[in-house]
Amino acid sequence: MRIGVVTFPGSLDDVDAQRAVRIGGNEAVALWHGDADLKGVDAVVLPGGFSYGDYLRCGAISRFAPVMTEVVEAAGRGMPVLGICNGFQILCESHLLPGALIRNDHRKFVCRDQLLRVENNRTPWTSAYEVGQEIRVVLKNGEGGFVADAETLARIEGEGQVVARYLEVNPNGSMNDIAGVTNARGNVVGLMPHPEHAVEELTGSGTDGLGFFTSLAASVLG
Amino acid sequence: MPKPEILDPQGKAVQGALPRLGFTGVSDVRQGKRFELEFAGEITDEVLAEVNQMAETLLSNPVIENYTVSVEQ
Repeated sequence: MRIGVVTFPGSLDDVDAQRAVRIGGNEAVALWHGDADLKGVDAVVLPGGFSYGDYLRCGAISRFAPVMTEVVEAAGRGMPVLGICNGFQILCESHLLPGALIRNDHRKFVCRDQLLRVENNRTPWTSAYEVGQEIRVVLKNGEGGFVADAETLARIEGEGQVVARYLEVNPNGSMNDIAGVTNARGNVVGLMPHPEHAVEELTGSGTDGLGFFTSLAASVLG
Repeated sequence: MPKPEILDPQGKAVQGALPRLGFTGVSDVRQGKRFELEFAGEITDEVLAEVNQMAETLLSNPVIENYTVSVEQ
């Protein structure tokens, strides 16, 4: 499959995400924030970083980048979209995902190998995992606290829209230990930890993140 | 402003700093943002409606923030 990775001004992990896409067995296509063109890709990854310097709010300005108009429209048609860290923030600001991400409750940037439990494997990004599977991937954020109003929280819990949850410690004050969520349709996924940094033994804490990049091919073939 | 039910870590940091400077009795601090928009012409109802639209779409995130609009001549 051809998976687009968007580069915004201030993106940091776009090249790592492209590499993870290739290691996962797919073709990586570089997309530019200023182009209203998805180049015919089958899926899109919004990578981590500090797009637009996190000015105003994390993801608030990126949401109105020309490429995002296309991403929002394609997501509405069911195209798989994965937002990692800053990408997750952009998806929340775009209202493609419920809730929002605020500054960590302890007010410090956190960087650690984080244990997660996969809660939902019915998305095109998580089908390679078992429900309940525990994986360890890098987490690095300053504004990763997932919040939503009580009604929204009850809905996403009730509908199984929580994709992954923090285990051992809650690193940023996220409600219900939520590390990732999906939309009602299940094609858009946002995740605060970074699976693209856990795809090779040489550089990562392991290869537990690879499933996010192999799931797509598997979900299409299946 | 962050909605009342949303944790405001920045406000908490400020609240923690005040007693260290000898200011006591502050039971809560919440930190928000203020935008000053200038218009060349008159502020009509239409302009105000547009400003509200700006506030809802870009200046604030209605999921976590409330906003108010006021006019100063």
